Amino acid sequence: MRELSLNVLDITQNSVKANASHIDIEIVENTTEHTLMIGIYDDGCGMTKEQVKSVQDPFYTTRTTRKVGMGVPLFKMAAEMTGGRLTISSEVGRGTKLNAYFNTDNVDFVPLGDMVSTVKMLVTQNPQIDFIYHHKCDEREFTFDTHEIKQILGDVPLETPEVSQWIEDYLKENINSIYGGVQNENS
Amino acid sequence: MKTLEELMAIRDKTKKNMTIREDTGDANIRIVVGMATCGIAAGARPVLNAFVDEIAKRDLKGVTVSQTGCIGMCQYEPIVEIMEPGKEKVTYVKMTAEKAIRVVNDHIANGNPIVEYTVGAITK
Repeated sequence: MRELSLNVLDITQNSVKANASHIDIEIVENTTEHTLMIGIYDDGCGMTKEQVKSVQDPFYTTRTTRKVGMGVPLFKMAAEMTGGRLTISSEVGRGTKLNAYFNTDNVDFVPLGDMVSTVKMLVTQNPQIDFIYHHKCDEREFTFDTHEIKQILGDVPLETPEVSQWIEDYLKENINSIYGGVQNENS
Repeated sequence: MKTLEELMAIRDKTKKNMTIREDTGDANIRIVVGMATCGIAAGARPVLNAFVDEIAKRDLKGVTVSQTGCIGMCQYEPIVEIMEPGKEKVTYVKMTAEKAIRVVNDHIANGNPIVEYTVGAITK
């Protein structure tokens, strides 16, 4: 993957397939300690201990169209290449928590990239799911909650072109502002 | 800055238009983009975005863009399938955002599939 935001898009598809009704995506950056944490939490069907172990193995997948499942292994590799790690905790019937930790000053660190595209796509392609996107960079933070947006919209669908354009612009401006109004060097 | 007040204004405007739109009973065309790990790694995100944006720009009715998992031909990703009632499914392979715009113009808007982008042309 060229940027971590693509891994986030990919991994969150697992939560969608696990029939989650709430998905939280959390990004925490610390520029003095040079760390980045990405968390994806859902209330989907969850996994057994064995499954948690096997999703980290590229030769495990629940799908039938092919024999490999690279989503989690690729994300784990991206974290471990920077000296970081990936943790998964899950409970059947309760949901799954996935956290990836990165050292951003490592040469092998892959930039976070375009989170706006990732969040916009997840939100507009899965209007039945409530998403909370929380992005923190040092002291500044931004929270985007689609439940709030849907309450304002009423019966106007999220995927209406004008609405999804507003979502894109809203995310762009707010994410830029947590980087102090300047474009993040990582994206 | 974008504000929630602006969103409310969009909502009110859209509600007015929604009643008009429901009357247009166009045949439904489905555009399905493969968005599994293989598709995303190959660049499916800008492809899906290009379809959504171009359809909005041309204000095409009765066209939905959705995503699916792995279609099973990972080496040809990004893959896009176009399903239209009464017509054979068209599978486009190795898509890009630029190709997506041409597919909307030629295939979706004017009904002429672009043979050179299809899986049939590439596997020959």
